[in-house]
Amino acid sequence: MKLELKGVSYIYDPLASKVKKAVDDVSLTIEKGQFVGLVGHTGSGKSTLAQLLNGLVKPTAGQVLLDGQDVHAKGFPLKTLRQRVGLVFQYPEYQLFEENVLKDVCFGPKNLGLPRAEQIEKAKKALRLVGMEENLYDNSPFDLSGGERRRAAIAGVLAMEPDILVLDEPTAGLDPAGRDEILSQIARLCKEEGIGVVLISHSMEDVAAYTERMLVMDHGKLCFDDAPREVFRHVEELESMGLSAPQVTYIVRKLNERGFALPDDLLTVEEAKDAILKAIMK
Amino acid sequence: MAIIEIQKLTHEYKEYDEENREREVVRALSDVNLNIEEGSFVVILGHNGSGKSTLAKHVNALLMPTEGAVYVCGKNTAEEADSWKIRKDAGMIFQNPDNQIIGNVVEEDVAFGPENVGVPQDELSERVAMALEKAGMEAFRMESPNRLSGGQKQRVAVAGILALKPKCILMDEPTAMLDPSGRREVLNTVHELNRKEGITVLLITHYMEEAVRADRVIVMDEGHPVMDGTPKEIFARVDELKEYHMTVPCVTELAYELKKAGVALPDGILTKDELADALLKAREDSKEQSGADKA
Repeated sequence: MKLELKGVSYIYDPLASKVKKAVDDVSLTIEKGQFVGLVGHTGSGKSTLAQLLNGLVKPTAGQVLLDGQDVHAKGFPLKTLRQRVGLVFQYPEYQLFEENVLKDVCFGPKNLGLPRAEQIEKAKKALRLVGMEENLYDNSPFDLSGGERRRAAIAGVLAMEPDILVLDEPTAGLDPAGRDEILSQIARLCKEEGIGVVLISHSMEDVAAYTERMLVMDHGKLCFDDAPREVFRHVEELESMGLSAPQVTYIVRKLNERGFALPDDLLTVEEAKDAILKAIMK
Repeated sequence: MAIIEIQKLTHEYKEYDEENREREVVRALSDVNLNIEEGSFVVILGHNGSGKSTLAKHVNALLMPTEGAVYVCGKNTAEEADSWKIRKDAGMIFQNPDNQIIGNVVEEDVAFGPENVGVPQDELSERVAMALEKAGMEAFRMESPNRLSGGQKQRVAVAGILALKPKCILMDEPTAMLDPSGRREVLNTVHELNRKEGITVLLITHYMEEAVRADRVIVMDEGHPVMDGTPKEIFARVDELKEYHMTVPCVTELAYELKKAGVALPDGILTKDELADALLKAREDSKEQSGADKA
């Protein structure tokens, strides 16, 4: 399973006097089992990119290829693409509508036309994957906490058994514990279920801590596609794009200004701790 | 002087079944006593469901107390006749900038509030100009709000409140949907309003970094305040915060982990410079120690 964008551009209104490319000549490949972070300031084109990945918008130029097949070619079943590439929107819990959690998660498989027993089986598996406790299956989605509701909504997409999951800021509005919980569950999906994950995030800390590959969008262009450790070496460039490096990077820089000689590519508290201990104790 | 007085405030959300019988009562706030000083910058932390947003809605007279009372600038929020005055004195900014912008042009959007409370036309344009300037958005006066970034939209929302000449701004996770530069923009704007104009700010957030510059931090849990102090005092209590599902700013976390690993550091380090100072000292001490050992 391989999803590929080849020279993809997208223009909202090709007839407008000032043509603005929301996505400008982007080429990339997403594979199963990979945890990819996608960052960019508001309006950089990352949400449009997410929609291109799942065929919700059609590129103005270029191709979207699923295992080498053009998904916008005549006769290609777009339904297959949307089942295999699941998209979780921002604040997905606003889309919960059924009377109880289990029914809501069954909605996707039901629409695929699966028999009832299979719907329930897939829904339950998805709910287990997001760590939802069984005694909540019969609850109304409105009786759940914010984090639980968010997880129920993600389960709704997982029940379609996608190969690739694209999540648009899945932790926005959650408290720190809720954030960690959702992200570690997503990391587990990636590792244990082999699902490819594209995580759209404004948190450089989360991207640094969880992802193995980082895409940076700016003005519709893909500016970086590399390991987070490499990308975060370019702090000034990231800042000029309205982004930043993880807090730890700035702390380490300050310490080095003040006379320490720590490595300049530390990204997490854990890494910084070890390096500082080494510097102090020797 | 306290600009907001909260006395024995309890709030219950009631749920009804199909026959309109009470099905469940959820106590979102229980027996909250708080005074917010005029001109202070107060951050409220707490996990999802801890009651922070409910508390803010009381200050804005969007909710009425089940028990107890809330006074804003001396006015009781339970007095319906005063609720418009209270909302003028204490304006609220919500999480999603797209849900609170209504004008087609920035200037129009900012004018909406004062126009609604009957500010005369000639004063209106003056107020809008003043509000946009203070929010740092005057260059966008004639733009369409749709073309603005999230941070800019939130600043337009701030300007909309400033045009009502408020004494207090309430913000319920105003940066949750913004990118890092948008977050910085909004935070800097409200800090400046607090410092220069003396406007009281009540900021609800899940980002610990946003609490570092506050005068006071209040942590909510199970419907009432459980911690209350300066950022330094609050963030020194790392274990307690973790019990309430909170974390600490990144610098504080690093200092805490180093201390656990045996480095002699003070509690409640909040800035990079404080950490650098403390670590330099710790390094000196450990050199002296090993020097002494050798001797």
